[in-house]
Amino acid sequence: MSKPKFAMYWSGSCGGCEIAVLNIHEKILEVDAHFEIAFWPVAMDAKVKDVEALADGEILLTLWNGSIRNVENEHMARLLRRKSKLLVSFGSCATEGCVPGLANLAPLHEIIDTAYTTLTTDNPNNIRPQPVTKVPEGEISIPMLTERVHTLAQVVEVDYFMPGCPPESHQIAAVIDLVIQVVQGKAELPRKGAVIGAGKSTVCEECPRKRNVKSIKAFCRIQDVAPLDPELCILEQGIPCNGPATRSGCDARCPRVGAQCIGCYGPAEGVTDYGARLLSAFASVIDADEPEEIERILDGIPDPAGQLYRFSLAGSLFQAGAAAFKN
Amino acid sequence: MERITIDPITRLEGHGKIDIFLDANGDVANSYFQIPELRGFERFCVGRPVEEMPLLTNRICGVCPEAHHMASAKAGDAVYQVDPPRTAKLLRELLYMAFYCTDHTTHFYALGGPDFIVGPDAPVSERNILGVIRKVGLEIGGKVIQMRKYGHQTVEIIGGRKVHPATAIPGGMTKILSEEERREIEMMGRWAVDFAQFSLQAFHDIVLANKTYLDLIVGDIYCHKTYYMGLVDAKNKVNFYDGKVRVVDPDGQEYCKYEPKDYMRHIAEHVEPWTYLKFPYLKNVGWKGFVDGKDSGVYMATPLSRLNAADGMATPLAQEHYEKMYAALGGKPVHQRLAIHWARLIELLYAAERWVELVTDPDITSPDVHRRPTAVPTEGVGIVEAPRGTLTHHYWTDEKGLLTQVNLIVGTTNNYAPIQMSTKKAAQHLIKGGKVSEGLLNMVEMAFRAYDPCFGCATHSLPGQMPLEVRLHNQHGELVDVIKQFVE
Repeated sequence: MSKPKFAMYWSGSCGGCEIAVLNIHEKILEVDAHFEIAFWPVAMDAKVKDVEALADGEILLTLWNGSIRNVENEHMARLLRRKSKLLVSFGSCATEGCVPGLANLAPLHEIIDTAYTTLTTDNPNNIRPQPVTKVPEGEISIPMLTERVHTLAQVVEVDYFMPGCPPESHQIAAVIDLVIQVVQGKAELPRKGAVIGAGKSTVCEECPRKRNVKSIKAFCRIQDVAPLDPELCILEQGIPCNGPATRSGCDARCPRVGAQCIGCYGPAEGVTDYGARLLSAFASVIDADEPEEIERILDGIPDPAGQLYRFSLAGSLFQAGAAAFKN
Repeated sequence: MERITIDPITRLEGHGKIDIFLDANGDVANSYFQIPELRGFERFCVGRPVEEMPLLTNRICGVCPEAHHMASAKAGDAVYQVDPPRTAKLLRELLYMAFYCTDHTTHFYALGGPDFIVGPDAPVSERNILGVIRKVGLEIGGKVIQMRKYGHQTVEIIGGRKVHPATAIPGGMTKILSEEERREIEMMGRWAVDFAQFSLQAFHDIVLANKTYLDLIVGDIYCHKTYYMGLVDAKNKVNFYDGKVRVVDPDGQEYCKYEPKDYMRHIAEHVEPWTYLKFPYLKNVGWKGFVDGKDSGVYMATPLSRLNAADGMATPLAQEHYEKMYAALGGKPVHQRLAIHWARLIELLYAAERWVELVTDPDITSPDVHRRPTAVPTEGVGIVEAPRGTLTHHYWTDEKGLLTQVNLIVGTTNNYAPIQMSTKKAAQHLIKGGKVSEGLLNMVEMAFRAYDPCFGCATHSLPGQMPLEVRLHNQHGELVDVIKQFVE
């Protein structure tokens, strides 16, 4: 019997998801033992036309990391969707847009204008990259960027979501184990649309720090108070920590080393809008009754847009609307 | 005019692409190495708090997030004019040395090294980590995995995470190292020193003892006489974490040496409409196009550049190998690009030795890891040596420490012009009278692989992972031939 086919692909991402997969070390060999690797550019020669030649649905499992940032990414997402039975949105970029999704705070022309007018840029003719350039010898081309950063699910239907920037290696190993068990008929697939490779509670539930349900009079910046008390809840020390809104699964890695959770595992189970949940979590620790005072305390969060949507802007509710409009 | 397109896998992959144009005689007229992607960190980081920059800019590159984390934290120190306590600097550098060992190991054994260890003429199916293991022995495979594990483990202990560390902030670190953790990191560091020496020995036995390989290294095909850049300490020794940027000219004479804050007086970036990536050059020499020599502002920033730009290595074993390399290759500076691989291994040994020095420093477990800033934040520059070149972060903030402007000159970007030149030169050697040599693909690939181009920073392909396809076009742009280096 032939082995089921596996694929992994990356689009607009940093490569950290691939490094996290490599960091499962010997587990990689199990992937090789149980699957035929049909397409994985980082690990083997990859030919798009070979993917095109496959029957629809012939690949059992595709892990996709990276956001959709140019027209080529869009094309590949549609192609791999068609060829895959199970398409997993792997990591924060694919699932929520991640940090590069903050680019959606500015229109594309500003993103481009900024890059080619920095103080060290020598650009007397005010050049911008062009889709097609006539050079003395002929014409050469580069792909155009999309107007916004999109998540994978805004472009194609996704079966499962795996959060994390990047997903922790032990979670990747657990997901690979699960899929192998499914292939062997020893386990059932999760319901379509489920979040896999993560917990169902919040980072706070995994965090070893003590919570005294103490409220705060002011938010502060980490460089003004570091090093933090090593045992006490970071939010209760006044640092805007994203733990209460963020899905568990990372084992609270950042709070364990004296840094706040920045939310890379995305919204906790049941949370529709990450920023709204986080804001209500912040509000609940504020020790004030008067609206003016509450406002003053909240003003202590220096960058609300970044704080509330650092990883989830491209996938958030108002951004999803923009994607629908585009199509 | 004929056109050859070397496209990694296909155009649809979104990675680098080389277009080569032939003249009427069928010789190479010009070539263009294009980068098809831009993410725009310089714009969307505006408005963010400066203390978050080490976390946000990690996401520029998941292959070398540690480099961005450090350059960013140092820029944050400068923005607040705060000098972190000694222990904080030691911890940052220790994390960084462990990262360097992992990164240089990955490149040498899995990506660039196979060209040499297995041999440049070996079949492509052998020129990979498995081929290396077959040639050097099974035991080495386990050692390479062990080195990667130890490096990542150390990064995780100090930085909290294996990828995208979290603990460097303006003024120092959030993490205090325990004695138990210190002992574990020391054990791994001492192992790394042995591993680095073993790797250099393997390079000597396999590569340098083989005349064919040595001829390839010292030959003209991969040679460019450019300026060289690297960070140096007070004694002009190579340093990855701190110091001044030193540039030597093609004769090896010091051309300039500057503090990070003065980089704008020395570096400018040229723009072309056919690529998203800019071309940095030495401002005071000027942009003369894709040419080498003393009159051209093109410079290189790689392991070899750092060794060329410095007077030596700060650790004893690495210094021995430094001297050995220059004696073997005819003195400083070395212009042959393939010597970058040798220089990388010397740096691996330095990083491992420095790892042990740092982790055995009595201050490393001190709880004094942070100094709170008191000045009003304004502007600051942070520079480290990323494995793939000098990395510059420059931030301007308002009085609250929110970013108002950002400028980044990223590792690999420094080498964009030299890579452009090296690929063109390799193509010129291998395409004559319209005939494309079978060896073209391997040789062109070796030309840019030596630089360890991490377009993960600029695009998102992992270093060295660039399966190539050459598409040969006639003067009307019609496809006449496709040559692939991989087996169908």
